[in-house]
Amino acid sequence: MKTPPRPFAITLDPGSSMHNLTGSWRTMRPVYSHFLPPCNQACPAGEDIQQWLYWAEEGKYREAWEEISKNNPFPAIVGRVCYHPCEMGCNRNKLDLSVNIHAIERFLGDLAIEKKWSFKAGADSGKHVAIIGGGPSGLTAAYHLRRLGHQVSVYDAGPKAGGMMRFGIPKYRLPREILDAEIERIEKMGVRFEFNRTIDDVDALRKGGADAVFIAIGAHLNRKTEIPAKDACRILGATEFLREMEGAEPPKIGRRVAVYGGGNTAMDAARTAQRLGADEVMVIYRRDREHMKAHDFEAQEALDEGVHIHWLRTIKAITEDSITVEEMKLEGGTLVPTGREETLSADTLIMAIGQNVSSEFLKKLPGVEVRSDGTIGVDAQMQTGAPGVFAGGDMVPAERTVTNAIGHGKKAARYIDAYLQGTPYTHPEKPPLAKFDALNVWYYTDASRSRQEMLDRVRRKTGFEEIVQGLDEETAKFEARRCLSCGNCFECDNCFGVCPDNAVIKLGTGKGYKFNLDYCKGCGLCVEECPCGCIDFVPEVK
Amino acid sequence: MESKTVKFYQTGTFTVGNRLLSEEERHVQASAERTNSLNSGHRACQGCGEALGARYAIDAAMKATNGQLVAVNATGCLEVFSTPYPETAWQIPWLHSVFGNAPAVADGVAAALRVKGKKNIRVVAQGGDGGTVDIGFGCLSGMFERNADVLYICYDNEAYMNTGVQRSGATPPSARTATTQAVGVHPGNEFGVGKFLPRIAMAHRIPFVATASVANLHDLEEKVRKAIPIQGARYIHVFVPCPLGWGSLPQHTLKVARMAMESGLFPIFEAEYGKLTHSYKIRRQVKVEEYLRLQKRFAHILKEPATIGLLQKMADANIAEFNLMEEK
Repeated sequence: MKTPPRPFAITLDPGSSMHNLTGSWRTMRPVYSHFLPPCNQACPAGEDIQQWLYWAEEGKYREAWEEISKNNPFPAIVGRVCYHPCEMGCNRNKLDLSVNIHAIERFLGDLAIEKKWSFKAGADSGKHVAIIGGGPSGLTAAYHLRRLGHQVSVYDAGPKAGGMMRFGIPKYRLPREILDAEIERIEKMGVRFEFNRTIDDVDALRKGGADAVFIAIGAHLNRKTEIPAKDACRILGATEFLREMEGAEPPKIGRRVAVYGGGNTAMDAARTAQRLGADEVMVIYRRDREHMKAHDFEAQEALDEGVHIHWLRTIKAITEDSITVEEMKLEGGTLVPTGREETLSADTLIMAIGQNVSSEFLKKLPGVEVRSDGTIGVDAQMQTGAPGVFAGGDMVPAERTVTNAIGHGKKAARYIDAYLQGTPYTHPEKPPLAKFDALNVWYYTDASRSRQEMLDRVRRKTGFEEIVQGLDEETAKFEARRCLSCGNCFECDNCFGVCPDNAVIKLGTGKGYKFNLDYCKGCGLCVEECPCGCIDFVPEVK
Repeated sequence: MESKTVKFYQTGTFTVGNRLLSEEERHVQASAERTNSLNSGHRACQGCGEALGARYAIDAAMKATNGQLVAVNATGCLEVFSTPYPETAWQIPWLHSVFGNAPAVADGVAAALRVKGKKNIRVVAQGGDGGTVDIGFGCLSGMFERNADVLYICYDNEAYMNTGVQRSGATPPSARTATTQAVGVHPGNEFGVGKFLPRIAMAHRIPFVATASVANLHDLEEKVRKAIPIQGARYIHVFVPCPLGWGSLPQHTLKVARMAMESGLFPIFEAEYGKLTHSYKIRRQVKVEEYLRLQKRFAHILKEPATIGLLQKMADANIAEFNLMEEK
């Protein structure tokens, strides 16, 4: 075939630059990666927070809720009571303020309750697990084990499930209908409950058909201290006091109530006493505000509600209507008595100086390590010295929070499953941490943190209505969109746009991108301009 | 620039795209269907700002004209790296002239199209700073004063890069080039020389003059979109860092451009008929020194606070003249 004549002095047909594979220039190669966002790293329940925020950003709340549920079956509860270490880790703290993660989680949890979203149990495995204790840890383990198809029986010494979530955390922080709804959802997966049933023979349970046992009985025993008392005023333990709040009759207290201790339980007890109508509520604590165990916001809320806190005081003696305290001082971290005393007028004393585990019954189980403080020793797989017997929650040495207990429950379920299958469970390797320095923050818009409304102070003092209010949908979505998506692509198209060589291929919404290494010269512009720092830059190897 | 600012989604309007925006709200560059006017396989250096700027601008022009576009290209890096005979990286009707006459050739193309009655086809001329502010300046001024129906886009990388980094009329004071070495009493390019072409273009009182930066895609695309339908002479001056000539890291091309923009050293504005109408407001102000530190061409003045002070003064003067700070 004859080609058309070329113009004057032109000897070659036009060719395309595509013949020139500039990828051969490359010495460094960009690689799409996933890094571990600091929020995820900090979450005791091991949630993939960045991932569920990603769904929430799109308004895909069902997907977001299901992502949370992979790890934690209690978003509505945890969104209220967790102390959110994720927000401490949040990289956005270095820009303005952290993402209000817990408020979004609560929004998702509440939505799930409203929409009646439910969990599905896995295909029956034929194995049976007995769980002693129906608190956050036991319930979480039950949930995960049901998902994996195992039969689960939960035995609880109390009349209802929930453990400390019901008998420790006051209603004004966790309304009971929320608690009931999230527990009911787990119950509906086919978990068998036996209430008012104290188990003191683990061996019998195993002989009765349990292939594995998970013990999570919590720490309910009030720690005691010796106080000289003649005709003492009314003395209550904080845990009993808070537990009685769930009974038909509220506990009887006097008009002037003192709470001894400086932890979160002390604050809960004081604020509950305030709501029961005491004329005056005071907290007596031996250290100062800086060194207290309670979270500062809880102390602040207690103060806002009119609770008095006497810092640096120990109780020396009590009578029918007064408490004698001694002033202390902190010298280089140690408490030193000053000898100065004062007398406070009070007719009720609530002891909130810590809780112990009633682990006596485990001493007869061979191999189980019962420590001097009553806690139980477990290995990295949450297993006690007795094979097939696992333990978690407040009864093992760790920080005693709901979220931690949930994390224990999840972890234990994983290893119980492995134990039942007879195959070891290996946790996938964690990616490296997504550091703030890897972000290109210029691209993020200014957006200040959304705040949750608080119940009016007057109403807080007089009733048990929930104090902290939820976010509406628009606000929750806005807040989710404040997420920087550290170390994980959120499809902003920057890499696709800034490549001078068109060497980034867009795979379509939700599918991300890939590099066309035939033309990528390895300039690194995509790496530098990626807002969330999800592109790694690695040397080419020959 | 009067354009839609996406209110809030993590990154607002600043990133190229955004998975939550509708296709219409995204930038041209975010679309998998963009023209890719300047295709893969071109021979520009790693991290070339000009290659990127040219694709940004011409893709936006292609979108705005629905593909009815002719581009005339002056000699320079952009022509050399894209079109070594017999191959080309351009995927549009494209015409190469000589170094200095691109504005005149473009005017000729526009005249020919007019004669043929092809009113829907728009003409763009493009070149580097050497071809525009120095060699082609006579032709460009002529194009302006005739109010020729051409959009001229200059990609300013502040020296003759293609031939080996020689000083141009757009080279900033104290920058080291092959012809302004960092030696003598006034090392690098002298203060008080050179020209800022956008101001000269404004003096021609043509319908539209704008500056833009490769670091501000939203603004750049909007300006091209706005300029395309205007009848008469239009001029857009785009700031494009050159990693090779400036001694900056290839991955820092956009960072360098962003620093120039955010320090005020390169003002971003637009003007109609010689009058300033809009200017970009600095989002996160930086000191000029931060910009200088990224580039070896300024390495010799990093220990000269007095010289840095003079450059900072230039930036401050721009901020005042072009009103670059948001009023508080």
